[in-house]
Amino acid sequence: MGWIEESVASIKSFKIRQALHQAVSLGMIVASALMIWKTLMCVTGSESPVVVVLSESMEPGFSRGDILFLYLSRDPIRVGEIVVYNIDGRDIPIVHRVIKVHERKDTGEVDILTKGDNNEGDDIPLYAPDQYWLQRHHIMGRAVGFLPYVGWATIIMTEKPIIKYVLISVLGLLAITSND
Amino acid sequence: MHSFGYRANAVLAFSVTILALICGIASFSDNFNSPSPDAQVRVLNINWFRKKPDGNDEVSLTLNISANLESLFTWNTKQVFVFLAAEYKTPKNALNQVSLWDGIIPSKEKAKIRIHTTNKYRFIDQGSNLRGKDFNLTLHWHVMPKTGKMLRDNLVMSGFRLPEAYR
Repeated sequence: MGWIEESVASIKSFKIRQALHQAVSLGMIVASALMIWKTLMCVTGSESPVVVVLSESMEPGFSRGDILFLYLSRDPIRVGEIVVYNIDGRDIPIVHRVIKVHERKDTGEVDILTKGDNNEGDDIPLYAPDQYWLQRHHIMGRAVGFLPYVGWATIIMTEKPIIKYVLISVLGLLAITSND
Repeated sequence: MHSFGYRANAVLAFSVTILALICGIASFSDNFNSPSPDAQVRVLNINWFRKKPDGNDEVSLTLNISANLESLFTWNTKQVFVFLAAEYKTPKNALNQVSLWDGIIPSKEKAKIRIHTTNKYRFIDQGSNLRGKDFNLTLHWHVMPKTGKMLRDNLVMSGFRLPEAYR
């Protein structure tokens, strides 16, 4: 009867090995996605190298769902550049165009005013109370590249979280059941 | 190996790769365009020139802008954003850039512009340095592509000197 126990044991160990293998490959996918993102952060110097346009304030240049690639070099900010900035105390970054720049001679500090191409007035109402200028540390990056429509996937997933969970579970199931 | 799922996945991956490649080529093809826009800007009038109660100088100008930006357009161009900025130095600031006017050009057919306007954005200095100040008028443009890299450049125009006294 020894051969039955042996084969059961081999089947069991095989299952465990396969499961471990699947878990490792799933982990690899997640880890490499994270690595790519972090590498992009290092290369571009921006804390979020890719952003999705969420508002219509830059129409018709950028629509909702378009993707922007950000790059933040040491070059000074100049008028006309499209920058992504984050106001202290607000969690959603804003993509708007620089319309005024005042750069100090001695310290190199800079006062920046922005405006959305599709907005009537400048951005002072969007800034914190009693804030009239952006400084360098508010700027998260300047937009250098553009890809239309691709961001819709993330907009749909943030607005309809159920789709996100369905997608994640289907992908997870596929990864676990596939035999490669 | 040859299930429906695998085939669908292969087709999807292939089409996404091709699409990305085409986007890349479209953006790269912009490099072959060497634009030669030309423009003239004239300051027709100083409508008023004053010191605001907070101590900053403000001036209102009437401008005449004419430009031909047709050569900026390629097949990958969605629109051109064009704006006029005043640039000057003050004792406190190494560089001041103030947008005076901007506009969106949606197509090549509308890329010949001739505009008579007052400054759209307020021309306010940080401080009181505008009397007798020389400034450069610079026409900037920002080419927004259908996909890919955004391009920007500018053309420095003739300078202008503000009067010595408020009016």
